[in-house]
Amino acid sequence: MLMIAISLYVTSVQAAEVSPGLGQSIDSEEVSSVDISIDPRGENLPAGSGTAVSGATVYADKCAACHGTDANGGDGLADSLVGGIGTLATEKPVKTVISYWPYATTLFDYTRRAMPLDAPMTLTDEEVYAVSAYLLFLGGVIEETHELNAQSLREVQMPNRDGFQSVWPDM
Amino acid sequence: MEPGSANRIEHAAGNGLLNRRAFVQKSIVWLSATAAGSSMAATTGDSAPDWMKTPGAPFRGYGQPSPYTESAQRKHLQPYGEMAPGSGASVTPLQDLHGVITPNGLHFERSHNGVPAIDPEEHELIVHGMVGQALKFSYNDLLRYPTVTRTCFIECSGNGLFNSNLVSQPMQLPVGHLHGVMSTAEWTGVPLSILLDEAGMVTNAKWLLAEGADAAGMSRSIPVSKAMDDTMIALFQNGEPIRPEQGYPMRLLLPGFEGNTHVKWLRRIKVTDAPTYTKDETSKYSDLLPDGTANLFSLKMGVKSAITRPALPYKMAGKGFYEVSGLAWSGHGSVTRVEVSADTGRSWSDAELSAPILPMSPVRFRVPWHWDGSPSVLMSRAHDDQGNIQMPRSEWSAKYAVGHLYHNNSIQAWGIATDGEISNVWS
Repeated sequence: MLMIAISLYVTSVQAAEVSPGLGQSIDSEEVSSVDISIDPRGENLPAGSGTAVSGATVYADKCAACHGTDANGGDGLADSLVGGIGTLATEKPVKTVISYWPYATTLFDYTRRAMPLDAPMTLTDEEVYAVSAYLLFLGGVIEETHELNAQSLREVQMPNRDGFQSVWPDM
Repeated sequence: MEPGSANRIEHAAGNGLLNRRAFVQKSIVWLSATAAGSSMAATTGDSAPDWMKTPGAPFRGYGQPSPYTESAQRKHLQPYGEMAPGSGASVTPLQDLHGVITPNGLHFERSHNGVPAIDPEEHELIVHGMVGQALKFSYNDLLRYPTVTRTCFIECSGNGLFNSNLVSQPMQLPVGHLHGVMSTAEWTGVPLSILLDEAGMVTNAKWLLAEGADAAGMSRSIPVSKAMDDTMIALFQNGEPIRPEQGYPMRLLLPGFEGNTHVKWLRRIKVTDAPTYTKDETSKYSDLLPDGTANLFSLKMGVKSAITRPALPYKMAGKGFYEVSGLAWSGHGSVTRVEVSADTGRSWSDAELSAPILPMSPVRFRVPWHWDGSPSVLMSRAHDDQGNIQMPRSEWSAKYAVGHLYHNNSIQAWGIATDGEISNVWS
């Protein structure tokens, strides 16, 4: 029974490899309008820049209500964003953006696409650079006046950059 | 055989686990007795129930469960409360379901910022990146593509969190809470390989970035090898268009992979040569180890089983015969064997597995049990065809850091007290 079921499935996949070819070609401009994902190489980062100084205002306006004025998670519901460096191998690991996330590009990507939760995709690129800089400053990763832009963001070394290993064999 | 004569039935393992044929033999006796009894019943309406004496309800366009089964409901878990009501999960009530397939209205939900209301006429799927030609597909385009059908489970990586290192003692919760962020459906859709071939994916492509059209912009990296093997753009769930909470109008289906990778409301696939290291695959669904490092891309869900009856929230209805029944599944392949113990793991009996046994699809397992009323601990242990065996909770727990909650596929135990109360126990 098992073998029959497997062979039927394989057959159905093979039989389906004929495409009606209905995909519509799109140009690089249309691709750019939706390609918001940023990998660690940061090649897709947008123009603009920001520092922790301006980011403090963005944070106070858009983030502090949930994540707390000190970015430690507010009343305990929202994720803590800073702190926890050096705790991962202890009896009380604290996973935050600063202590755990391997890449600063992920902070930019996620903030731009998903935050603030009640109005995602409303921050300008300048605001995302600025508030990213503010959190990295609060976490002690960069100086308050350090400008984040498409070049400098990808150069940020997160504290836990080397703390991961992939268990997927085909990297 | 006389009712209750368990002492004359072959025992398969300690504390009353019986040979699988015991139930069959007993039910034959019971059925023949019922038939004999009914032949003596009155044939007038005097003794017939009301619903046999008046015409029933007419037809309706979309069937609904009996009003007497209203207890079968998903329960919501909203960890962020009213601050983010659409962020969280609802769980399949495994305690009220039998067989393997999950009804569409009871399939678990996991969303990170609510369920979007997507008009399929305005929705597009874009394929771009390391391809010869970037393409977009409308929903109606995809409906004209060749399709495949398969039955498989989707399991959230957080399934089992209530017995994980997040908690310091076993939580007394219904089996649906403990294991119900796993559901099973028959999915129909377009093999992703067809669209990647059509776009002309380049040969050194290794990963994809898949992105949803929800308010979390959920995004995950997926190996090209999986995408070209058995990944589907699912359009139909148990025969009907997939439900909004399952990703209408289209979602990814990656048989055996952790649920979060089955990106719902799929809007974009970018072909890449490396992972994108998105927020969810790095900061959330990674596995922190005691040494402070973490495993990334634990994509295949481990072999697992759970007893769904007897189970919380119910209690035993007195001593005597029970069918111990549950589900077993593996993201690595097919379940080959499920063992059940009624004596805290000292002895085990092989359970009967329901056919068909399919890769990345759960099986229903069953074993008859005569409960003599003494305190007992029921456990199940699954094996798959890749040599994986479900491990004890203590062994699983020791592998991971304090607080770690993902990918818990360890053995779970139900304690049965003399008064019939059932509890989730760590043994």
